Amino acid sequence: MSDLLIGIAISLLKTLGLLFAVILPMVSYTVYAERRVSALIQDRVGPNRVGPYGLVQPIADAVKLLLKEDFTPAHVNKFYYWLAPACAMAPSIMALAVVPYGSTWFGQPMVVANVDVGVLWVFAVSSLGVYGIVLAGWSSNSKYPFLGGIRSSSQMISYELSLGLSVIPIFLICGTLNLPAIVKYQIENGWFISPIWLKGISLTGINFPELIGSLSIWKLLLWIPLFLSFIVFLVSMFAETNRLPFDLPESETELVGGYHTEYSSMKFALFFLGEYAAMIAGSAVIVTLFFGAWHIPLLPTAPEQLSFWPGVLLGLAHIVAFFVKVAVLLFFFIWVRWTLPRFRYDQLMRLGWYFFFEIALVNILLVAIILAIMPK
Amino acid sequence: MAYTIPRPKLSLAEKAYVPALLTGLGITIRHFFAILSGKKKVTMQYPDEKWDTHLPPHYRGAPTLVKDDYGRERCVACQLCEFICPPRAITIKPGEIPEKDRWRKVEKYPEEFDIDMIRCIYCGLCEEVCPEQAIFLRKDYAVTGLTRAEMVHDKKRLYELGGVMTGLVNKWNEKK
Repeated sequence: MSDLLIGIAISLLKTLGLLFAVILPMVSYTVYAERRVSALIQDRVGPNRVGPYGLVQPIADAVKLLLKEDFTPAHVNKFYYWLAPACAMAPSIMALAVVPYGSTWFGQPMVVANVDVGVLWVFAVSSLGVYGIVLAGWSSNSKYPFLGGIRSSSQMISYELSLGLSVIPIFLICGTLNLPAIVKYQIENGWFISPIWLKGISLTGINFPELIGSLSIWKLLLWIPLFLSFIVFLVSMFAETNRLPFDLPESETELVGGYHTEYSSMKFALFFLGEYAAMIAGSAVIVTLFFGAWHIPLLPTAPEQLSFWPGVLLGLAHIVAFFVKVAVLLFFFIWVRWTLPRFRYDQLMRLGWYFFFEIALVNILLVAIILAIMPK
Repeated sequence: MAYTIPRPKLSLAEKAYVPALLTGLGITIRHFFAILSGKKKVTMQYPDEKWDTHLPPHYRGAPTLVKDDYGRERCVACQLCEFICPPRAITIKPGEIPEKDRWRKVEKYPEEFDIDMIRCIYCGLCEEVCPEQAIFLRKDYAVTGLTRAEMVHDKKRLYELGGVMTGLVNKWNEKK
């Protein structure tokens, strides 16, 4: 009984810690980063007035959005209109539940739910995010949000397929859907994004026989389809999170803000935060699947085997490493947004159905063949 | 008349979209680092850095009245500026210079000289028309006030802003 209670308490602590200490601050500072990076790319300065370097800006934004009038237009469907913002924010946070964001810390594995369906859960939950957008578009009872909602749903259908298919090679290689297990495989056999993986190098010295043994042609051969997988997955993730160049549901220039045109105050902010939370969740999944999650090369991977303080520090370093990798990907998301123009709608569908779907299918076949002829 | 627009023939690299994409990413990241490292600077941090020292000599800021080397107010209240002022921002009330004054032969001086800075369009016609070199557009551009009344520059304020200007033609000297 008390074991169960302790288990629940630890789970709660991990969830709340992840959510309030990491994800929500990260969301607000991604918004800040977006504004600063976009400003620098466009030769501007960006918000730098609130606090040193404008670092308090997210708090000022939040205060402003909370204090604004929460206006509900008379012509909307009230129930769905209120439901939609919550639907936009919740799924991306839920998706983070299965992501291993650290090795172990104080003896606890740093993943909220270590379930065997890992990646399936991510796909199932993150595609629920589209309901927020579709509901918002529909319930607003207005032309532009409606168009935005329709675009969002068709875009989701086109990209969900290639998103799911593109990671199947990883499961073929690992033989599991469990995310911590995939991370464990990557630690032993190299990150999936890296074409070669040198073993036997550690801080204490180089073990040459192991180093030479790790130079395998098969790893290099498998890297080709895996890199394709990575590209397809990354681009599909852009579409999934409604980021430019695939931000058709929102498209300020044609649809006046798309699905959230009729929203104001904190309800609008929830859509905004939902988009960034989805970006973080997407980046976290990419980091987990391709960049070895929390793994830092050269450092030991099991803090629980060390003595207390080094163990705690290493555990913390692993958590920090994970979120640094996520931050780098987020920078890439922002960088791409301020580089590329928006795709036209038919171009988007063409890319999804004619290219990425096929590439993902061929890729699976390729990996299956390589795995079949590869010596065990 | 119908005519065919020639479509450009795209090479394979152009069709693949990827090289263009990478070029674009390269351009934006170069801008990012150029601004980040401070190598390139575009924006002036206005309230912290100001235009004052960068203004060109011909800059047209707020119109002001000036005194000359002898401390004489140069305006003779001829009212030419008042009449030429396109938005009618200037109001002058002329007065007579008393008998015993050193500058008696000038005859008139402005008793009141108001420039309504809400109306002023900084065209510089007043400076151009002034036969006495008494009114000059100086480099003050941040003219603010909390009320309409505050935005009307009276004679005192105009001389404060204008100060003394040397090297002007002194046609009212005693010797002349």
